[in-house]
Amino acid sequence: MASEPLHVIEPSESAVEWRPDELETPPLTLGQLAWRRFRRHRMAIFGGVVLILIVLYAFGGMLVFSEADANFVETGARLQPPSRAHPFGTDTIGRDILVRTIYGGQISIIIGLTAMLVEVFIGVTIGALAGYFGGKLDSILMRLTEAVLVIPQIFLLLVMAKYFAQDIPNIKFLGRTFSGSVLVIIFVIGATTWPYLARIVRAQFLSVKENDFILAARATGTPTHEIIFRHILPNSIAPIIVSATLSVAAAITLEAYISFLGLGVRPPTATWGNMLEGAYNYVESAWWLWFFPGLLIALTVLSINFLGDGLRDALDPHSRAV
Amino acid sequence: MESDLLLDVKDLRTCFHIAEGTVHAVNGVSFSLRNGETLGLVGESGCGKSVTMLSLLRLIAIPPGEIVSGEAIFEGRDLLRMSDAEIEHIRGNKIGMVFQDPMTSLNPVLTIGHQLCEPLRIHLGMDAQRARRRAVQLLEMVGIPDAEHRLSDYPHQFSGGMRQRVMIAMALAAEPSLLIADEPTTALDVTIQAQIVELVQHLRAQMNMAVIWITHDLGVVAEIAERILVMYAGFIVEEAMVDDLYEDSRHPYTRALLAALPRVDRRRDQRLRSIPGAPPNLLAAPKGCPFAARCELAFDRCQVEMPPLRTVATAHQSACWIDLATGKKW
Repeated sequence: MASEPLHVIEPSESAVEWRPDELETPPLTLGQLAWRRFRRHRMAIFGGVVLILIVLYAFGGMLVFSEADANFVETGARLQPPSRAHPFGTDTIGRDILVRTIYGGQISIIIGLTAMLVEVFIGVTIGALAGYFGGKLDSILMRLTEAVLVIPQIFLLLVMAKYFAQDIPNIKFLGRTFSGSVLVIIFVIGATTWPYLARIVRAQFLSVKENDFILAARATGTPTHEIIFRHILPNSIAPIIVSATLSVAAAITLEAYISFLGLGVRPPTATWGNMLEGAYNYVESAWWLWFFPGLLIALTVLSINFLGDGLRDALDPHSRAV
Repeated sequence: MESDLLLDVKDLRTCFHIAEGTVHAVNGVSFSLRNGETLGLVGESGCGKSVTMLSLLRLIAIPPGEIVSGEAIFEGRDLLRMSDAEIEHIRGNKIGMVFQDPMTSLNPVLTIGHQLCEPLRIHLGMDAQRARRRAVQLLEMVGIPDAEHRLSDYPHQFSGGMRQRVMIAMALAAEPSLLIADEPTTALDVTIQAQIVELVQHLRAQMNMAVIWITHDLGVVAEIAERILVMYAGFIVEEAMVDDLYEDSRHPYTRALLAALPRVDRRRDQRLRSIPGAPPNLLAAPKGCPFAARCELAFDRCQVEMPPLRTVATAHQSACWIDLATGKKW
């Protein structure tokens, strides 16, 4: 119903009479303030730079080496220490570790990011519904959340990984063929890590929805879904961003963990995690097997955590640091 | 006359169920409002003014709140019995509301433009471009200079008075037939108060809408309202045209309130008068006249029976067992 002829109401003499209350310089926007605080956080900047380098390494390396190189088995060159031909050495069946860390890195990073997205999707949905509607729905969803929380996560991960990994076909994506187990791992990590986020989001919603501006928005006739997604969610975004950032690191670690135990991503698809699996028996005799993937995992996780810390300080409206 | 009626509220009762018991916030409020009329609703803090208005728009959280009974016929339909979708269509469209504290009533993470366009999009189905053009007009209408640019500003870039103007623009965006102003000037300083009062009066006349102005400031309401309802402990205790109320109040509570007003012509060494005692505890079910405990004129009947609102003069109703004009007990 578009009611076309709306009156144009002339401003009254008194209405235009106003006192200048603007500041001399325009105030900083929330984003500018956050960036200013973030910039002061040296470790976060360091983390960000390292992370960019690692992403360039994993995805830029594609241009130099093909995936066939990563899976090329050169039986004559097994367990070779780092050399000119193989800068990071070769593994137990003669594959080049440098190329495998490049392609494995892609998978690890993709797993980290997508598992985070799954977690954010489930966690935000459940937390938002519980926090906004409260009452019975809240009780049910929070009991569910607690039920997932009380089961030791590693145990749940291993059981789910084993259960779902029966026979999943390979998938094609981005011109590459992945072992179907990648999807399983993403789903399993997402499905076991969301409870923490759900609790954070619920707590945020409980406090934000009590604000006057939510009542005012409802008095404007704003429908419920817009109240939830356009009014409350943006006010709760800071802790969600921080938590999501740290989740990427957690997901990469978890993937390494399950793959190390042999229940994760199936070969020949490489990940930093399953490269460690084979290294177990060569801890002393062939250090390069675990050193390079291990170093990359450690650097990535560390950088993401620094980044998360910086974001936490930068986005926290109560933070005094300016 | 009948068709002129915009809102007719009958026997509205709202209570809140909390751990300590039941709070009887609104205890059978009835009033009506004509098209284009300005009604003042006065009473001290916690007497149920805001809850009455929030109940009409069904903005009370249920639970713990409960609208126990009553009806509110607005443009021929009962607000209290329509579906959630229908009441959403009334809010911000037919009935606009302005709240007390402009500092907290705007969403800090959304631009003024976004918030101002919301009712235009939702109720008038405008696309982004038309909504924006209209938003500029609305901001100009409430006296915000450089409106075009200010649309992309955030609430923290506005002062309190400016924010209240934005709130008014939002409430009026869909050209409602009723504006509920819930103490819109309380959080502002006196000069800005006067500007806001003037602005609302000006817009009311231009848009021909009815206004319900809630306040605890008898001075402000005298300027703007034609008719005044006085509330106490969830009851309407007196209803009168504005001049009658100030010159010939017929309820002891209203008289006490008026006597407590600071006056310029009073001698400086005189202390401000106040009403002894405190409002009754709303946790107890109402029994007798709620003002009896603080009333100088109270007699035994006041303790046991709530006096009904009765007509004491033309367009003047009072709920008291004593006719203050004659001193006669009913």
